[in-house]
Amino acid sequence: MVDDTIVLEAKDITKQFPGVLANDHVNFDLRKGEIHALLGENGAGKTTLMNILYGLYQPDSGEIMVNGQPAVIHSPKDSISLGIGMVHQHFMLIPVFTVAENIMLGEEVVRYGMVLDQKTVARQVHELSQQYGLEVNPDELVEQLPVGVQQRVEIVKALYRNAQILILDEPTAVLTPQEADELFVIMRQLTQRGVSIIFITHKLKEVLAVADRITAMRRGQVVGTTTPAETDEHRLAAMMVGREVILTVEKEPAKSGEVVLKVEDLSIVDERGVEVVRNLDLQVCAGEILGIAGVQGNGQTELVEALTGLRKRKSGKVVLSGKEIPELHPRLNVEAGQAHIPEDRHKHGLVLGFDIADNEVLCTYYQPPFAHGLQRDFKAVLNNALKLIERFDIRTPSPLLPAKKLSGGNQQKAIVARELSRPIKLLVANQPTRGLDVGSIEYIHRQIVDMRDQGVAVLLVSAELDEITSLSDRIAVMFHGQIVATMDAGKATRSELGLLMAGANPQEQAEPPSEVPTPEPG
Amino acid sequence: MDWRRFAIIVFVIAIMFATVVMVGSSQNSPLLIITSMLATTIAVATPLTLGALSGLYCERSGVVNIGIEGMMLGAAFFGWLAAIYMNTIFHMAPIVSLIVGVFVAMLSGGLFALLHAALSITFKVDQIIGGTVINILAIGITGFLNRQMFFGAGSVFGGQIPHAPGVLPRIAIPLLSKIPTIGRIFEQQPITWAALILVVVTHFVIFKTRWGLRTRAVGEHPRAADTVGINVYRMRYLNVIIGGMLAGLGGGFLTLESISSFEPLMTNGRGFIALAALIFGNWTPFGAWSAALVFGAAQALQINLQFFRELIPPSLAILQNSYVVGLAPYILTMLILTGLIGRTIPPAADGQAYEK
Repeated sequence: MVDDTIVLEAKDITKQFPGVLANDHVNFDLRKGEIHALLGENGAGKTTLMNILYGLYQPDSGEIMVNGQPAVIHSPKDSISLGIGMVHQHFMLIPVFTVAENIMLGEEVVRYGMVLDQKTVARQVHELSQQYGLEVNPDELVEQLPVGVQQRVEIVKALYRNAQILILDEPTAVLTPQEADELFVIMRQLTQRGVSIIFITHKLKEVLAVADRITAMRRGQVVGTTTPAETDEHRLAAMMVGREVILTVEKEPAKSGEVVLKVEDLSIVDERGVEVVRNLDLQVCAGEILGIAGVQGNGQTELVEALTGLRKRKSGKVVLSGKEIPELHPRLNVEAGQAHIPEDRHKHGLVLGFDIADNEVLCTYYQPPFAHGLQRDFKAVLNNALKLIERFDIRTPSPLLPAKKLSGGNQQKAIVARELSRPIKLLVANQPTRGLDVGSIEYIHRQIVDMRDQGVAVLLVSAELDEITSLSDRIAVMFHGQIVATMDAGKATRSELGLLMAGANPQEQAEPPSEVPTPEPG
Repeated sequence: MDWRRFAIIVFVIAIMFATVVMVGSSQNSPLLIITSMLATTIAVATPLTLGALSGLYCERSGVVNIGIEGMMLGAAFFGWLAAIYMNTIFHMAPIVSLIVGVFVAMLSGGLFALLHAALSITFKVDQIIGGTVINILAIGITGFLNRQMFFGAGSVFGGQIPHAPGVLPRIAIPLLSKIPTIGRIFEQQPITWAALILVVVTHFVIFKTRWGLRTRAVGEHPRAADTVGINVYRMRYLNVIIGGMLAGLGGGFLTLESISSFEPLMTNGRGFIALAALIFGNWTPFGAWSAALVFGAAQALQINLQFFRELIPPSLAILQNSYVVGLAPYILTMLILTGLIGRTIPPAADGQAYEK
């Protein structure tokens, strides 16, 4: 219930980091019971502003008012006592603790001055979850909970501290579409009860769906404030990026050729001994994009790892351009013309401690021109890096900068540059735009479509339904380790895909899940 | 501690006890042998238990401590030195001198730990290197002072090593200690009793109290602890110092309770075996304690087999060689550390300095 009382106001906040003016005279206010979205690309200064409000950073100048009173916030302790709670993008939960332990940490209820009173806390958590409709079980271990539930725990954790102002930092980045919808319902319920929410994101659809007011930031400055009624996706994107952005991917119909990747009867058992991919068959042809849709954790990660030689297979055959590829030989995959944009760019995409130049030759460092026998040719490596930095627009002061110093979007571009600059026949892209802003997403999507147009077969895995539907020529839905349906992208509807992803069968007469999906001939 | 780990521990100890009973039962009653084995096991396990608890406080809060060995050695020396000073120079009663010695041992352990804490928490030195520094420092300081004060003309004690004030007296549990033969087990010296009590206390502190919850939080996910207003540095400092004091108590055991003298390098790897016990015990007090008992039993096996050397049947001739038997605890350590006996999970932020 929005009323006009201003509960939080940031006046003229400036924060300078070495080399970056992260917040440049920023003004921002939050009304009681509203959802105020803060929109901006990575590095626009949204998180810096929130960290100042939460006491993790001190502003160089400016003033913060809470409930009309000037507030001094030196640490999270101060902001908690002022009723500000923050749900961080990377959850601040301890996986091996129970829900109750996580919620009470720092604000424990104790007997005899030191002994934890788990019972009272469990009761309080239960009451809170009833009151706000946030179902959590205090006795469960956090590590065993799905991401969406962990996020609920974070929200309850803030409410337990009597938060009246809630900062949600990119809360949907880790959620499946269904979980995100649930979160929006929860956010609405919270505002009904007088909680005010700052919602940080760079996803335009979400902002329009859930926010009462929208403030966009760019390069440390507030560009403007608007409401969903007064704006649309295109105008918001332009505000955020500072230029016109093409939100839908423009592409010609696919001209698919011969089969490049053929997977037969693939089964994979994970570390816990669970069969996560079961008798899976699929084909990808030259010049087409096959999108694999599915809620995360249905075997997509394992499938991609097995295809790229990073994971053992239990059974099955992988044929790349007519040649059978043995398991656990990533180099054979690379040499057979496979490119891989991995799901986790830090873990599998880059050697973070290496400089960009070395990262750009991770697949080819041992071949001419980058090496002659045992001798590496640093000049060639450097020239290659300079060329790729220009061609793929990687924003870096130097090719010798360690990869870990790049922003997320530029790291992803560095990976794309390495993988797409080789002569390739197959591109396996797993969540290629996760966590990236609109500008970078637009760029990477363009690259993927260009590859397709040059006759590369593309296997795209993504949890973002929009990404799947806008890029793919064919869509396969994965559920419980199997492909439950394959269809032409043009014929698929969002609701149909959503139902398939949830394991339901949208049409009674649809093929049974066990049946082998047959790809359309090129 | 999980049941599988517990079963392995009981099984290993049982095998070692059974071996000695089997060899020696023709001359002594099995009960007497078992009692003697148990006595040795507990005595050997005491410094290991204390060392493991020391590591537990450090590592649960996220600081790896391989300097336990050095902290024990330093504490053994300074505790002993304090007791001798009190007794021979200030003419205090032996028992008072020994008690002062125990406190000095804990204090010096705490000071070594403060150095480790400063290195690894404030200056963010690699914690393995920090621990190694402590170990080398302790060897150097104790070796040097030992020579300077006790040997050579003009030294404080003029080449004479005083044996006073002896060792800490035994404390018997009424009734239980009166049971024939096995009653002996209920008659132990104070640091041994303290170690047992500290196992229970540590379990309670770590898993049931606010302090323990916060300690585990900074060892698992320091940033999460920071965001709810917990002072990560303070928690780590205090836990490392508590750990150092426990290692100090373990060092005091060696010179104030076990034997009344100091020798250079006398810790002899106990600090490292204590760490192995901590890992085998999966960073839990009872687990670490039972792992320490395994090492104690291995030592008891070696000692008792020497008593019964002549009785060892020719088919087991290899057991006559005390060096071979003496290897047992170290082979055990290696097996444990290679993870053959089940996977252990350290605290997630163990060994990582926290940057705000």
